[in-house]
Amino acid sequence: MRIKPRLVDKIVRLFFNFQAFFTVGILVVIVAVIFFKGAPHISLGFIFSSPEDMGRHGGIFSTIIGTVLLVLLSIFLATPLGVGTAIFLTEYTKESIFTKFIRFGVESLAGIPSILYGLFGFIFFVIKLKMGWSVLSGMLTITIMILPTIIRTSEEAIKAVPRNLRIVSYSLSATRWETVKKVVIPSAVPGILTGIMLSVGRAVGETAAVIFTMGSSLRLPTSLMDSSRTMAVHFYILAREGISMEKAYATALVLVMSILIINIIAYYLMNKMISKYS
Amino acid sequence: MKRINFTKEHFVKYVLTIFALSSLLFLFLIFIFILFEGLPLFHKIGLKNIIFGFKWAPTKGSFGIFPMIVSSFLVTLGALFVGAPMGLSCAIYLSEYSGKKMKMFLKPALELLAGIPSVVYGFLGVVYIVPFVRNYFGGAGFSLLSTSIILGVMILPTIISISFDAITSVPKTYREGSFAMGATKWQTIYKVVIPSAKSGILASFILGMGRAIGETMAVIMVAGNALKIPTSILDPLRTLTSNIALELAYATGDHRLGLFSTGVVLLVIIMILNYIANFGIKKKVIR
Repeated sequence: MRIKPRLVDKIVRLFFNFQAFFTVGILVVIVAVIFFKGAPHISLGFIFSSPEDMGRHGGIFSTIIGTVLLVLLSIFLATPLGVGTAIFLTEYTKESIFTKFIRFGVESLAGIPSILYGLFGFIFFVIKLKMGWSVLSGMLTITIMILPTIIRTSEEAIKAVPRNLRIVSYSLSATRWETVKKVVIPSAVPGILTGIMLSVGRAVGETAAVIFTMGSSLRLPTSLMDSSRTMAVHFYILAREGISMEKAYATALVLVMSILIINIIAYYLMNKMISKYS
Repeated sequence: MKRINFTKEHFVKYVLTIFALSSLLFLFLIFIFILFEGLPLFHKIGLKNIIFGFKWAPTKGSFGIFPMIVSSFLVTLGALFVGAPMGLSCAIYLSEYSGKKMKMFLKPALELLAGIPSVVYGFLGVVYIVPFVRNYFGGAGFSLLSTSIILGVMILPTIISISFDAITSVPKTYREGSFAMGATKWQTIYKVVIPSAKSGILASFILGMGRAIGETMAVIMVAGNALKIPTSILDPLRTLTSNIALELAYATGDHRLGLFSTGVVLLVIIMILNYIANFGIKKKVIR
């Protein structure tokens, strides 16, 4: 018997509907599980006191400081490098072998898995440059890791700035750099910020590249040469070594919520950029 | 006044050129240092004994990583088996079926999946997927199956966003032509849209594979990390990435070099996958 095409069409439509909502369902379930299992163990004390007894008791304060330190320092380094690269690629050159090489470099960096960044950071910063397991080694490794994200999103943002704005600026006898500084960058800010926020999210959740470069000391870092532990690393150790399920869920909640908030801000900024120019 | 601007322009251009070159420099450093540490052992032990060696006993001079190479490919295929149909369906739904409002809500929601850290996936895998597999399928639960499920979900955002781009870039006129011939929506998607977006969709699968093969922390937590080639989907396994992450913290001497050799193999596989994927994406743009 031949099945009617219209019937097939309806069944397929149902199937795709189901698939899409099933997939979103996965996200909802993950967030819900983390929320309901973690929320009972969260308190101000948990956030503002440091871990005791390997994390069995106490809170996660020192790991929050470790995370914030790592992320801020890496962003501080990666933003000028990344935005600079994006400006160079879009405003200062035409497509050539040279830009192809740079793009190849950026694409390749984006594809390298975090464990290889960890391996590289470990041998280069920790061992060869004798920085040891430290915030410094960690932030340099993470800087390289998030660079491709910042470059790509900034490039998209800069490309989205209408040509007319530049032409007007040039016609007022502004130089190239003046145009970039006063016209292009200000218009591309929401897009650039999107890239930065996405990178922050990635750095906050990173484990493999951080654990082998920054170590996992639970003490509050007092200098760049101190080892420190991020929330993600702390969560990994709590979960993997079975130290405390309650603390693990609570840490996961703080971790996942901060990443979700960061990503939502990123999408908000991206939409702002899109609606501005289309 | 004009002269100052002129030199400033040059200065800015030089600085930006150096910034742009930094990515290439970093890539170069990563290659050099991983190869520099990883290659000597290939020379000492022999390429064949490492890549096709079955025994990993680094303290006793055996550095065979063949089971890990096989395991890495198995989990990657497993992940693709789980993630590719789901991801492609979502992409098709978003591009062809969903209304504008729905898309505004669904697309960011699906992309948020990418933001969830791999340790969280691993943890939920241990707490929910592993016991589920143990109870309903047997074995210890730490297995190829559990790992494939977790990785399959983890590669969804990659597959969805790239195949979505490929599908939406198929010109509207193709669809209209098909509808004009009396084809239904599904016939149009199946016979016109998907074939036209083929190279982009394949690229999304390959990039998904790249993500799966490079994933570490989630895999360590659910794979069981046994040092042999799995013979069933319920057997535990150890991938190239987990081998590095499990032992790097305490390895010294030749043992550490062995982990870098593992890294070299991983790096080569990843570069090949990325190269193929970029080729697929470029082809789409040219057309």
